[in-house]
Amino acid sequence: MAALDELDAAFRDAIGDPTFTATLTDLERDYTGRPSPLTRARRFEVECGGARVYLKREDLNHTGSHKINNVLGQALLTTRMGKRRVIAETGAGQHGVATATAAALLGLDCTVYMGEEDTRRQALNVARMRLLGAEVVPVVNGSRTLKDAINEAMRDWVTHVADTHYLLGTVTGPAPFPEIVRHFHSVIGRETREQIIATEGRLPDAVVACVGGGSNAMGIFSAFLDDPSVRLVGFEAGGEGVDTGRHAARFAAGTPGVLHGARTYVMQDAWGQTVPSHSISAGLDYPGVGPEHAWLHDSGRATYEPVTDAEAMDAFESLCRTEGILPAIETAHALAGARRLGRELGRDAIIVVNLSGRGDKDVVTAARWFGLGVDPTE
Amino acid sequence: MNGRQQAVFARAAEERRAVLIGYFPAGFPSVEGSVRVMAAMVRGGVDLLEVGLPYSDPLMDGPVIQAAAERALREGATTDDVVRVVSRLTELDAVPLVMSYWNPIERFGLERFATQLADAGGVGVITPDLTPEEAGDWIAVTDACEIGRTFLVAPSSTDARIERVSRATSGFLYAASTMGVTGVRTQVSDAAPTLVERARAITDLPIGVGLGVSTEQQAASVAAYADGVIVGSAFVRAVQEAGDITAAEYAVEALSAELARGVRT
Repeated sequence: MAALDELDAAFRDAIGDPTFTATLTDLERDYTGRPSPLTRARRFEVECGGARVYLKREDLNHTGSHKINNVLGQALLTTRMGKRRVIAETGAGQHGVATATAAALLGLDCTVYMGEEDTRRQALNVARMRLLGAEVVPVVNGSRTLKDAINEAMRDWVTHVADTHYLLGTVTGPAPFPEIVRHFHSVIGRETREQIIATEGRLPDAVVACVGGGSNAMGIFSAFLDDPSVRLVGFEAGGEGVDTGRHAARFAAGTPGVLHGARTYVMQDAWGQTVPSHSISAGLDYPGVGPEHAWLHDSGRATYEPVTDAEAMDAFESLCRTEGILPAIETAHALAGARRLGRELGRDAIIVVNLSGRGDKDVVTAARWFGLGVDPTE
Repeated sequence: MNGRQQAVFARAAEERRAVLIGYFPAGFPSVEGSVRVMAAMVRGGVDLLEVGLPYSDPLMDGPVIQAAAERALREGATTDDVVRVVSRLTELDAVPLVMSYWNPIERFGLERFATQLADAGGVGVITPDLTPEEAGDWIAVTDACEIGRTFLVAPSSTDARIERVSRATSGFLYAASTMGVTGVRTQVSDAAPTLVERARAITDLPIGVGLGVSTEQQAASVAAYADGVIVGSAFVRAVQEAGDITAAEYAVEALSAELARGVRT
């Protein structure tokens, strides 16, 4: 609790300090490359029932995903607290890469915990983190995925809290983490709102995003919460199908519980033991979800639907072929969702998809899925 | 506070010694095996048994206890089994309490868990990841069943935090000796005596110190300033290193006897 209180106080002090905000804004512009463009997907939208589809291009940020937004904010917070070391968990490796990047930029020591299973399916990102000077620790406990990486990072944090900040990568964990991560990603929503109004002269009918822990979704949703005309839809990993049990569909098949210090929807058995999740995308392969998403779900402000591995990969291929954009497989879940929603909303609708990350890291997985015969690991 | 738990601390105080609290996960290496191991711990001199409820995500535990919990879950251990283990130990005249992460208790039902545990002879519950702020319903049901509640303080806890945690506690107060997870350590942290001294100025609750104790000498040094000495990973490790359950019983009873001498010096 002392560590969380310290973090809470430092966060509130920082966001009230114009110097902190100015430093972060400069980094976002000069280092990340913000604002990220809002791209009309003219050929992809043909598959979306003719709705006008815009892509918020977080894949064009430095390091290739939205993760850098939160990481730069928390890394600056780390130096402000006088700490010298950051630790992080990572699933797909995007948050780990972003953290290793910010640590290099600010001269911080960096350790990243990653489930052993994920180090295999995201080997490219393991190499990137190590090139950036981070120590990558494969976690061999439990299901050897993101959930277990978070456990291990929390154990490290309580042991080294005096000089270490736990740079949590998504909108879950104990307070104030969900609020901090949302705050640093809210720039996505603010820019999107301005850009769509400048382009279309009105608010979109729907804003969609994929939801693992839920940080990119919370970032873009946050600017539209008070606009009841804007539907907010999150797409979670349906894996091999919700009825197969092999998925990460917390809203479709989970129940309220407590995981990693947050009360939220959790995939658990009758005894309250966490059930291993499954998804083709490491970044959505998490049995819990950010507690603010649970609240948006219960209040009805946002809705959440599962998208299977197969639907996501189909949308993945489609965006590659129609727009020349190779999305992360996580993001492909949102694209599959946009197709589904577009057919429902029809021709005059405007849909914004948060294109949360690029898919270079997923080339091997995709090549294997589509049988392209170029799998370098075989 | 629960009367039987209180009596354990009162008797130790009369004997001018600390209470020896031994942790072991229910269901490791099997449900029956864990009962036999814990019975051996009591024969060796453990005063209070801390029966661990195996959980898939034990954030406060180091590798030794994590591995044991994983094994217990693979063997199919459930919350029902934990209650059965407590009941068996009560029949053996042991004084058992339960250490559990919060989600399994919430899923089982707070009232159902407290009631069944009280019926089985359980004297308390340690909840490492429940904060007093979130414990309103838990306080009500445990008070109704006369189950002692134990919350944790750490060296990083402020005095205000220690006071808040103490007010919610109705069993012994669990003082984590160090910042970190459970596991055997060559040296028990020097942060512990300071933490206990600070807590004594705030509360009259008995204070147990855990994290890292595995030898008679360490038990003696902690007993010099604490009311209870908590040992966990050392027992689990002894069982992991033993060839079979009979060897495990023998090793655990010997370790328990050694630690029992420690808390009496």
